[in-house]
Order: sequence, then structure tokens, then C-alpha cells
Amino acid sequence: MNLSYLFDAAHWDLNASGSIPQLLLSHLWYVFLALAIGTVIALPIGLYIGHTGRGSFIAINAGNAGRSLPTLGLLMLMVTLLGLGLLPVLIALTVLVIPPILTSAYAGLRSLDQRVVDAARGVGMRPWQVLTRVELPMALPVLMSGFRSAALQVVATATVAAAVGLGGLGRLLIDGLAVNDYSRVLAGAIVVAVLAVLLDLILALAQRWIISPGLRASR
Amino acid sequence: MITFDDVVKVYPGGGTAVDHVSLELPTGKTTVFVGPSGCGKTTSLRMINRMISPTSGRVLIDGKDVAGQDEALLRRGIGYVIQHAGLFPHRTVLDNVATVPVLLGKTRREARDTAMQVLERVGLAPEFAQRYPAQLSGGQQQRVGVARALAADPPIMLMDEPFSAVDPVVREQLHREFLRLQSELGKTIAMVTHDIDEAIKLGDEVVIFRQGGIVAQVGTPQELLANPADEFVAEFVGRDRGLRSLSFDTAAEMPVRPLPAELVVDEAGRPLGWKSSDGMKPTGGSFTSGDTLRLVADLAILSPVGIAVRVDANGVADGIAPHHDLADYLAARRG
Repeated sequence: MNLSYLFDAAHWDLNASGSIPQLLLSHLWYVFLALAIGTVIALPIGLYIGHTGRGSFIAINAGNAGRSLPTLGLLMLMVTLLGLGLLPVLIALTVLVIPPILTSAYAGLRSLDQRVVDAARGVGMRPWQVLTRVELPMALPVLMSGFRSAALQVVATATVAAAVGLGGLGRLLIDGLAVNDYSRVLAGAIVVAVLAVLLDLILALAQRWIISPGLRASR
Repeated sequence: MITFDDVVKVYPGGGTAVDHVSLELPTGKTTVFVGPSGCGKTTSLRMINRMISPTSGRVLIDGKDVAGQDEALLRRGIGYVIQHAGLFPHRTVLDNVATVPVLLGKTRREARDTAMQVLERVGLAPEFAQRYPAQLSGGQQQRVGVARALAADPPIMLMDEPFSAVDPVVREQLHREFLRLQSELGKTIAMVTHDIDEAIKLGDEVVIFRQGGIVAQVGTPQELLANPADEFVAEFVGRDRGLRSLSFDTAAEMPVRPLPAELVVDEAGRPLGWKSSDGMKPTGGSFTSGDTLRLVADLAILSPVGIAVRVDANGVADGIAPHHDLADYLAARRG
């Protein structure tokens, strides 16, 4: 096993189909789609449950159930039902993204100092204003940690796309295994790992930027 | 004026929080709700701005039932101060104070200008404006809480245990500032506390609640101390209410005796101490005719010779009051 595949300039040619940069881009595209769709679905539900306190069991059980679903199994099921294509992959990845975001949105709102929420209502904010101006900004640290863990999971798991004929960094793993080219497998593993670390770093920086310093400040 | 008209609050669990309460809170005065925990005082307060709805009966502001009004608009017109201040931790002090003006449709700039002025009004230096609540002490947070409630200049303020989360020294300071502000602003204030001393000190009117949400007595602090309606009120206002009732009278009319030879004064006539066989004993302080009878009593008790010394505005001794004179004066006043 060696790093020759990773450091072969030919594998970094932007225009060559199946090159590392192209696989990286398609990988990122799946990650982005899954995170976007998952957030659009899970965030409003989590916020609604957290804000109203209604249906907490959904938040807790969805979290647990979602985490225990095997993504590869789910993907195979979706392919059987829907055929090959991007859609079954996105469904499988989105199911992975929903639990951490939903649970953190719910937990973020539930853990707030209720006196502050009381004050927000008491000074005359409408329910929507309480949510967007007070609850959401205060819950951001918890929410962001949920989003980061969702992002990390989906970066690693998006490799399954290759198992059903799509692109992404999973190609390096699956094709490498198929032809016993362990140097290629290693390259895939390293690029996925580096991507995960970089993405988390970017999100950590974003977090510093969007979370009010008042929530970090201490005397 | 805020009116409680036969207000009842029963919780679904079956507990009665407020039991047929009828009250009038006069405009421009501070009315304090006081009582043991679970007596319905906070529930009553929160019914004024519809944070809680009565089960039956009505709460009216200047004759208008609050139940018919838009919740958010009603609350924007009523200042709201709570225990621990309840500041928004993600907003700066300035933006916390600007909250209600922004809700009322002012631009952020106008709202911040107003907020700056209000901060000054509650005694916070401009450099606090850009800090976050977590960077302030408890007393400073409470001032910001009061500033936030005052920012839109509402005619009514609701204050739920506003001073109970700070230490006694800071509380004393906040009390003084509260009285100063209220004498300048003349808001209609409803305040909740469990501390009868605070109620007596800050209230123009005091409403004493008892367990089960029943009003035990309503009156001025003097009335409550002088004529408690029943055992419960007498017990609640405390054993030393006789002594405390002296806080409401000044020493202006109390006769004093001329200065005796034993009182040592400096060239300007300011008291230094009492002559005695083993050197000079301290006077332990002095009072002016504007001070309370309670201070006079206190000085007479503390003085090593049992005599309180009166001084004029310049600190020059102009008379003495031995404790038996004070006792005679109080007895004559009562008779």
C-alpha cells in the first residue's frame, strides 16, 4: 500500500473524467444537497416542537430511529423502489441529516432560559418575533453543533453514492477495491478525511461569525 | 388607573391562585403586592399585561378591559421588569434597551438614541452600551432591565421581584434610585415582592395577599403598620412595626433641650463628644430636624449617655434629645 495514486499528477487533472477534483466536486454536491434538503425539512419541525413544546416525543424518537437506520441498506431499498439515479442517494443521505438537526433545534430551544423568553413576550414581541429575534439566535450554538455533526456524517457517508453507480469520492474506494488497487483506496480515504476536517473547520469559523459574542462572553 | 374587578384565577389542576380580588391601583403611584409565596401576587401582576388570563372577572386600565386588546400592542405600552432582569444575552445593552422602540416601529438609529438617554437616566455610564449582559454585575443587569422597560416611556410599569436577586448593599442603592426615578417620572407602578420592608419602603399603597389568593389588607404603609386588619397582617408586617412606623415621621416637631455643658463642641460648634471621668465618649452621630424619629430613637439608644444630639444644616449642634424625652413626645403624640 502506498501513496502513489494520491500523488500522481494525472489523477488531479481537472478535465479528466474520474479525476480526484471531479469526484471531489460531485461528492460536495451530494453533501450540499443532502444538507440543504435535510435542513429545510428538519429545522422548521425542530423549531416548531421546541417553541411550542408540542410533540416532543417526535423529536426524541425521530432522532433515535434516524440514527439507527443503516444508510447502505436504506439506499439499496430506495434503489429497488425507485431505480438508479440521484434521488435514492439523496433520500438515504437526507434521512441521515435530519435527526441531528431536528434534535438540536428542539434541544436548543428547550434549554433556553425561560425567563428570557418570558421577558420577550412581556415586552410585546409576537410569537414569530420571539422565535426569530430571541429563541433562534440564543439557540444557535446548540443548533450549529447539530449541523456540524450532520455535515461530518454526510461527508463520510456520501461515499455510498458510488455503490449505486454515481460519482463522488466513493468511486476511489469501490473501484480501488474492485481491482485490488489499494493505493487508490487509500487516496479516497485520505481525501474524504481531509475534506471532513476542512469542512468542520469552515463551519467552526462560520459559527464564530454568526453567533453573538454575548453568548460567549463571560465576566 | 388599573382596576381589578372581582378577578378569579383557577388553574386546571384545581388550585385557586387568585380569589375574587377587587383592587384599584391609583395613577402615578407605586402599588406593591406583597405576601408569602403562593399567595397569587405574581399571578395578579401578570394579569395586567395579559401574560395570564383571569378565569373570571376583569382587569381594566383606565376603564378599558385588557381582555379586548391586542396582546402584543398592550404589552408594548406597559413596562415589564422581572427578577434577574431577563435580558437578551445575544444583544448588547443598548439593543436590549432599544427593544420596545424598535417593536413600536422606530428606526434602529432613533431607537438607539432613545436607549442611550434612558441608560443615562438609570445611572449607567455610556461605556456600558456596547457590552453584553453576561459582562455586567447583577445590579447593573437590573438597571438595564429597568431601562428596557422605560425606553418607550410607558405610563404603566409592572415589576416582578425586581430587586430580589441582588445583594443587600446593591438593593439599597437600587431602592434609592427607584425612589428618585419615580419622583421624577410619576409612573403608575405595580410591583411584586415577598419582602415587607421593601413594600413599606417603596410603596405608596401596599396590598397584602394571603395564601389562596385572598387580599388581606390594602392601605398606605403607615396604615398597615398602625392598624393591621388582623393577626395575619400584624404577623406579616413584623414584631417591630411600632419602631418601624417611626420612619414615617420627621423630628421637626420634637422639642429639644438646650446644649448641656457636658457636650464638647469644636470652634464652629460641631459636636465632638461627651465629657466623662475617663476621657471623651463619642456622640455616635447626630440628627437634623428633617430626619426621621426612627433615627432619633436609634441615636438615643446607641449613645453612651442615652442622649441624641441635634445639629442644624451646617452641622452645628443646636439641641439634645434624651431618650425619655423621645418617649414622652411619642406618648403625648399618641394621646
